[in-house]
Amino acid sequence: MLHIKCPHCGIRSQNEFSYGGDATVKRPELNKEISDQDWNNFVYNRKSLRGKHLELWQHLSGCRQWIKVERDTATHEIFNTLKANEDIS
Amino acid sequence: MQKYSIFNLVKNAFFKDQNWDLAWKDPTPKKEYDVVIIGGGGHGLATAYYLAKEHNITNVAIIEKGWIGGGNVGRNTTIIRSNYMYDDNAHFSEFGMDLWRKMSQDLNYNVMFSPRGIINLAHSDAQMNVFARRGNSMRLNGIDAVLLNREQVKEIIPMADFSENVRFPIFGGLMQPSAGTARHDAVAWGYARQADSMGVDIIQNCEVTGFDISGGKINGVRTSRGDIKVKKIGLCVAGSTNILAEKLNMTLPVETHLLQACVSEPVKPVLDRVVTFGAGHFYISQSDKGEMVMGGDLDGYNSYAQRGNLPTLQHVLTEGIAMMPFLSKLKMLRTWGGIMDMSMDGSPIIDKTHIEGLYLNCGWCYGGFKATPASGWTFAHTIAQDRVHKLNAGYSLNRFNTGHLLDEKGLGTKTWIS
Repeated sequence: MLHIKCPHCGIRSQNEFSYGGDATVKRPELNKEISDQDWNNFVYNRKSLRGKHLELWQHLSGCRQWIKVERDTATHEIFNTLKANEDIS
Repeated sequence: MQKYSIFNLVKNAFFKDQNWDLAWKDPTPKKEYDVVIIGGGGHGLATAYYLAKEHNITNVAIIEKGWIGGGNVGRNTTIIRSNYMYDDNAHFSEFGMDLWRKMSQDLNYNVMFSPRGIINLAHSDAQMNVFARRGNSMRLNGIDAVLLNREQVKEIIPMADFSENVRFPIFGGLMQPSAGTARHDAVAWGYARQADSMGVDIIQNCEVTGFDISGGKINGVRTSRGDIKVKKIGLCVAGSTNILAEKLNMTLPVETHLLQACVSEPVKPVLDRVVTFGAGHFYISQSDKGEMVMGGDLDGYNSYAQRGNLPTLQHVLTEGIAMMPFLSKLKMLRTWGGIMDMSMDGSPIIDKTHIEGLYLNCGWCYGGFKATPASGWTFAHTIAQDRVHKLNAGYSLNRFNTGHLLDEKGLGTKTWIS
């Protein structure tokens, strides 16, 4: 069982959260001409590496806020959690 | 190579079985090969076998970081089926079913193929309609499919919960009678033994550390046991696809996720089919040893852990007990996990890449084991002829660019548990 520290609610167990995938993916800017490849990278292509991974979770059975979690994909150690609009300094 | 036969079995018994040849050798890597396959799992071993058998290319090495058959080919729940609706999936997996039927004879190795049939359960009239449509599509593609009503399902699996007052009452099911199971380790070992006998080098404990690429062409591969010169490399590394893709400066429409399975203590024969309860993220069969073999959905977040987390297991078994209440009386024997190469549309990729001489085989999601022979056969064709076969033309890497997705079941990296 993962224990995720929601920046709004504190430490909660994994069952309260829903996973949202890679948090480093940026949606291309609106109203700007982009290539098919850029769009493809945004929608489908992922690095998904072993080790540190910055990802989105939603505290679905809690405050319902989206948060960012920095987690190791091999050991599941959680290094850091952030509000959705915060970046790692 | 010694043939495995009743005659040789009796003969060797006289010498206390001390005179059997090794099933495969333990060679030192050569400086140069025609083809290098990275990944000594089921798909890699099958690819090497069909390269040698169908295309007469025998100067081949399989490079495996661990030991052959230690990854997903040894961690799956051994289900073989071709119950697909889309043409590309149906043609590919039905071609595979033919190879499964002949496999024990072809490899001279008993893979214990057991075509016991698979039943997908339906829980509403709407789902019965969807299953009827899929069944009809399967039959148009020459695959056997039978739509079962509630009474017919009850005759086959009377131990399931047929009461009306449940969340997912059984309305019926779709059965593919020719689907079944096989002994997964035997598949890996059978392919390894035959490939080895035709001259393929199976190199274990050898990790790929980098690639030698110049002018957009593959020139070689760097490994923990030395550099190897080679013009053609086949990548068959399932859950490690993203790690090697990074070494190649590629990002792929694939994420690595964890999938769990478990077996109960062995009991007397009770279930003679494979049954899937998709609405509850649960499926089950009984092994020849009597264990109930069970599995479900992904853990739900990117993972390289190769071991499971309890919340998913608890969810899967809760649903399992809801469908088959007798399971609550059984003790759990083993649980384990494997890391899956989850593609974004739930279908695999067998294709060339933008790097000349680099071929890609990944994205097997929940269905890697059953695809082993067809994947090996088509991948060998793609590597040997430097062009895709019509059977794997739909499994192109470019389909994500062009929008020709094979989103057969709406499955991919996102799970429906979470």
